[in-house]
Amino acid sequence: MELLNNLMLGFGVAVTPINLLYAFIGCLLGTLIGVLPGVGPVATIAMLLPATYALPPVSALIMLAGIYYGAQYGGSTTAILVNLPGESSSVVTVIDGYQMARQGRAGPALAAAGIGSFFAGCVGTLILAAFAAPLTEVAFKFGPAEYFSLMVLGLIGAVVLASGSLVKAIGMILLGLLLGLVGTDVNSGVARYSFDIPELTDGIGFIVIAMGVFGYGEIIMNLSKHESEREVFTGKVQGLMPTAQDFKHMAPAMLRGTFLGSALGILPGGGALLAAFAAYTVEKKVKLKPGEIPFGKGNIRGVAGPESANNAGSQTSFIPLLTLGIPPNAVMALMVGAMTIHNIQPGPQVMTSNPELFWGLIASMWVGNAMLVILNLPLIGLWIKLLTIPYRWLFPSIVLFCAIGVYSTNNNTFDVWMVALFGVVGYLFIKLGCEPAPLLLGLILGPMMEENLRRALLLSRGDWSVLVTRPLSASLLAVAALLVVIVALPSVKRRREEAFQEED
Amino acid sequence: MRIKNQRDFFGGLMFTVVGVSFAWGATNYNIGEGARMGPGYFPLLIGSLLAILGLIVAFQGLVVEAEDGGKIGSFAWKPLGFIIGANLLFGVLLGGLPSVGIPAMGLIAAIYGLTILAAMAGDEFKWKEVLILGTVLAIGSYGAFVYLLKLQFQVWPSFIVS
Repeated sequence: MELLNNLMLGFGVAVTPINLLYAFIGCLLGTLIGVLPGVGPVATIAMLLPATYALPPVSALIMLAGIYYGAQYGGSTTAILVNLPGESSSVVTVIDGYQMARQGRAGPALAAAGIGSFFAGCVGTLILAAFAAPLTEVAFKFGPAEYFSLMVLGLIGAVVLASGSLVKAIGMILLGLLLGLVGTDVNSGVARYSFDIPELTDGIGFIVIAMGVFGYGEIIMNLSKHESEREVFTGKVQGLMPTAQDFKHMAPAMLRGTFLGSALGILPGGGALLAAFAAYTVEKKVKLKPGEIPFGKGNIRGVAGPESANNAGSQTSFIPLLTLGIPPNAVMALMVGAMTIHNIQPGPQVMTSNPELFWGLIASMWVGNAMLVILNLPLIGLWIKLLTIPYRWLFPSIVLFCAIGVYSTNNNTFDVWMVALFGVVGYLFIKLGCEPAPLLLGLILGPMMEENLRRALLLSRGDWSVLVTRPLSASLLAVAALLVVIVALPSVKRRREEAFQEED
Repeated sequence: MRIKNQRDFFGGLMFTVVGVSFAWGATNYNIGEGARMGPGYFPLLIGSLLAILGLIVAFQGLVVEAEDGGKIGSFAWKPLGFIIGANLLFGVLLGGLPSVGIPAMGLIAAIYGLTILAAMAGDEFKWKEVLILGTVLAIGSYGAFVYLLKLQFQVWPSFIVS
């Protein structure tokens, strides 16, 4: 009953005409930008974040949730139509989705992604509402040692998901941690690694690094390929809705995907991405029905399963953010940034100190999901037209949006110089086969990790064993160690490589 | 000795160089001890870890054969130069460079500058097309960012405004 009351409170806050309008605008903008090849949710949110500065906190977060879902769905659209995953979690959608599009079945594929996402989003919202409160209770038992161990677990979780070498991914995390330390040290007031540049004493902005490394790095990489390699598919799309047969195939896949996604999303460390991969693997293990198209050739289950898992996972990944204040992935890290701008410190206290905001956000996520389906199913034809824009017009526009986005966060050209620097760095990362996603997590967690480690060791008088003598902290570290061992095991390593090679 | 995986070798080298620089930089700050960490403690710890990890990666690059050869390949200097250059030009035109006496030209000029220079990174470059694109982007950005979102931009060159 309390759950219902809370949800009622949330919907009361979220479902006002003005907030619905913001959710709609957010969804529309998010989809419009997210559908651009190479622009994922991280870049989209980073770009549109300044647009929400002026709004009241609840409306701003509602609009951001809309942008997030819009961008995620936009990314799936690009994945299906042009074989370009706009973000890491839609890389598996590419495999069967693009094949369907090539057979002229882009409509059913896009609809399957949309319907699957909506269903998973509804379930995810309920789970979020039901488990947020009990998990917050756990959060209050967390001391600095537990937080530190949890962040270690989260970072290790992120590593497990990176597709390349394990050690390199750990290296990128450490690099991110170090970059996060640039700026004024909160304890001593010493400006670290700022080279007497006043702008650097505030630290390097997350958006600057995200835009430079992801936006510019990717564009330069794309341009260095020959035109034929990035050819865009612009064939005729026939039929929008899946047939009855399609529904029969995709319904169980949606259920399995939703279950997997909800469970994995709670783990700190990019649950949505892991969920999409896991769901695709599960679907491949389920026996083909007679007359069903094999996987990799355009099976609708290969779209519906991962897309549901992805959305359920991104829904439940709000749990670690809202209850513990720990961003589980780069998108959530940006949401933390947005909340801080509005003077909200994410964490267990949000639910008690700001219940309207907390439940309003949960309700608005459902609203965002619903908005997405309403907006996108009729507009599939339009998205396809948008993608016929030649790349030579597209990339200068993307560069411009990145530059404007970066400048407008601080109204300072210094950020524009920094994004140029990180553009070069991002291209170098791609060249050296270093995945940039773990770096972003390290960057956002760096100062928090240092802070909590300091506190933990201060309380224990410099005794490092505090990390393993407190049961909660010890079990978190044990899980992290277990993850490393599992990934390093030869058999799993081989399978992980296989799983990642399939999407190439 | 032949490097078996260039990407790993140079990637590892990069980690080591960055790790060592951060760790070395950390020694300029007060290190402190476990119970009372100074500002240098954590960077020194992480920097050293990264440096060691980099050595492991670089060593792997020397001995472990990569399936695709692990080649870095040639650098795409043209897109790299034009994209980054376009971004820098945008900054210069938008905000000016007071230190060398370049006045701010404002948002519209910056958009045209960025569009033209960025477009040169592509395979083909047609003046007419790029100018139309620049005009569309300038009007669109003015409408979206200045008119609707009310972001603070200097839209026109400073010598016209003042």
